[in-house]
Order: sequence, then structure tokens, then C-alpha cells
Amino acid sequence: MAMALETRFHVLAVDDSLIDRMLIERLLKTSSFNVTTVDSATKALKFLGLVEDEFRTFESSVASQIHQDVDVNLIITDYCMPGMTGYDLLRKIKESKSLKNIPVVIMSSENVPSRINRCLDEGAEEFFLKPVQQADVNKLKPHLMKSRTKEENEQPLNNKRKDMEEIYSPNKTRLRCSS
Amino acid sequence: MDGLVQLQKNLVDYTASLFHEGFLDEQFNQLQQLQDESNPDFVVEVVTLFFEDAERLLNELSKTLGQPSIDFKKLDAHVHQLKGSSSSYWKCSIGAQRVHRVCISFRNSCEEQNVEGCLKNLQQVTHEYSLVKNKLETLLRMEQQILAAGG
Repeated sequence: MAMALETRFHVLAVDDSLIDRMLIERLLKTSSFNVTTVDSATKALKFLGLVEDEFRTFESSVASQIHQDVDVNLIITDYCMPGMTGYDLLRKIKESKSLKNIPVVIMSSENVPSRINRCLDEGAEEFFLKPVQQADVNKLKPHLMKSRTKEENEQPLNNKRKDMEEIYSPNKTRLRCSS
Repeated sequence: MDGLVQLQKNLVDYTASLFHEGFLDEQFNQLQQLQDESNPDFVVEVVTLFFEDAERLLNELSKTLGQPSIDFKKLDAHVHQLKGSSSSYWKCSIGAQRVHRVCISFRNSCEEQNVEGCLKNLQQVTHEYSLVKNKLETLLRMEQQILAAGG
């Protein structure tokens, strides 16, 4: 129980608009999340440890190793972004062995039912219509609790990964983003 | 403390008028709720960014419309951005509902490749933004005065 209290959930927020990033960050921090913001889907994937070459092929041990140091519990992304859209990002995440269990939430300022359904079909947990409200952010905790329970059930696997981490990178500090 | 009370009353009245005239919406309340002791300048920061963004876009629009051969696709993309930034928080919070409406008309002009229509829309949108900016700056100045007077 003590462990649950000390580890805050870490949310990665992706939006190309600076203002929207500021706002979602405030909303998330008000709910006691640790927040990292990035302004593009490409940067999000980089942060998550999926490097360009690994997109198309299976993930190398390097990519999964980077991932182990970055502990993201939820990804919330804007839909409409130049270059890679939020939908593309969602797909990449769900196609990735190491990332597919991270819950993804999509935000959009446009209420397009076909868009919403497409995202939910592709595995998004929620679709928030902008402007995102505190009430929407409050809906996130259950999704995070669910994945945390899942993680805890896979505990033996995690410990094994931790051992591997020590062998390959004994001096590497776990990347933690402070709020 | 009469001065302070008067300042506070003026702020309440002014804010009410902005709501009444469609410059502010209840979304603005949420914006203010996100401001606290640990983020005392949040509203000012957001509002400032909003206007910087808007002004940049309006400049781009002006430039694009000033070209000898107008790139309507580019124009539409800029208007879309303007409408977009004014339809997330802004549609509701900073009364860009008024701007939003003009943007819709603007996009139609782009689609029709109607140069005169575009120019008129640009004028309208610039006007609305300067109105909103003016109102907000006054509001924020009033808040600053209250803080300075010890409120």
C-alpha cells in the first residue's frame, strides 16, 4: 500500500498547440499526475523509446531497454497534428509489443462521430472533446488503476527485466519526471 | 479600504459585462480555477500566448492575401488554425465565439476562392480579435490593480 502512495502516475501529453499543452498540463497536475508534454507524435514515440528504424521492424533490445527507463502510465494526445496525427500515434503504440498496454486517450476540438469510433476501435480508452474539462481528467484514474493492477500481476516478469537492466546498465538512473 | 472595495466591485461588473456581450463564457471560469498560489500568473500567461498566436496567424493571413497570386490552400490552412485555436479553449473561454463565426465565413470565402470575401473576412476577424484583446487586457489590468491595493 505504501508503494501505491509514493508512485504518482506519469502521463505523457502530446499536442502541437502550446496553449493546449499548457492547459492539459495544468489539468493533469491538478489531479496529481506527473506530466511530460511533447509537441509532436514523433517526439512522443522517441520519448517512449521507439526509434524510427524500429517502427517498421520488430523492436531491438536497445529500444526495449530505453523503454524500461521511461515509465509512462498513460498517453493523452491531440488528434489533429501536422505530420503524424494522434490516430497514427495510437496505432503505432498499439502495434508495439512494449507499448501496447499503455492506455491512450485522444482529444479533439471537432466532434466527428466516425473519427471518434475509429479511435475507439483502434484501442483508445477515451475520446475527449476539447475543451477538456477537469471532469474528463477525473475519468483517467480508473484506466490507470486498471493497468497498474495488470502490471502488478505481471510482477515476476518485471523483476526479471530489472535484473537485466542491472547487467546491461548498472549506472543508468531511472528517468523520472518531476512535476 | 473603500478604494479596494470599489476596485473589486468594478471588476465584478466588468467581468459580468464581458459575459453578457459574449466575450467570455463559463469556460473562462475553469481557466481561472486552474490558477492558484503555485501558478499565480496562469491566466495572464495563457491569454498572452493566445494573442501572440492570433497575431502571428493574422499576419500570415495578411501576407498570403497580399501575394500577386493567392495560394488559397495556404490561406485555408491558416484560417483553419485560427479557427482551431479559437475553438478549443477559446471558443468558450475568451469569447472567440465571435471570431469562430467569422472564421467559418472565412473558410467559405477560401473555398469559393472569393478574394473580396476573404479580404472582408480578414478585416472582420482582425477587428474581433482587437476587441477581445482590448477587453481582456482591461480585465487583467483591473485584477493587477486589486492585487496592488492589497486585495
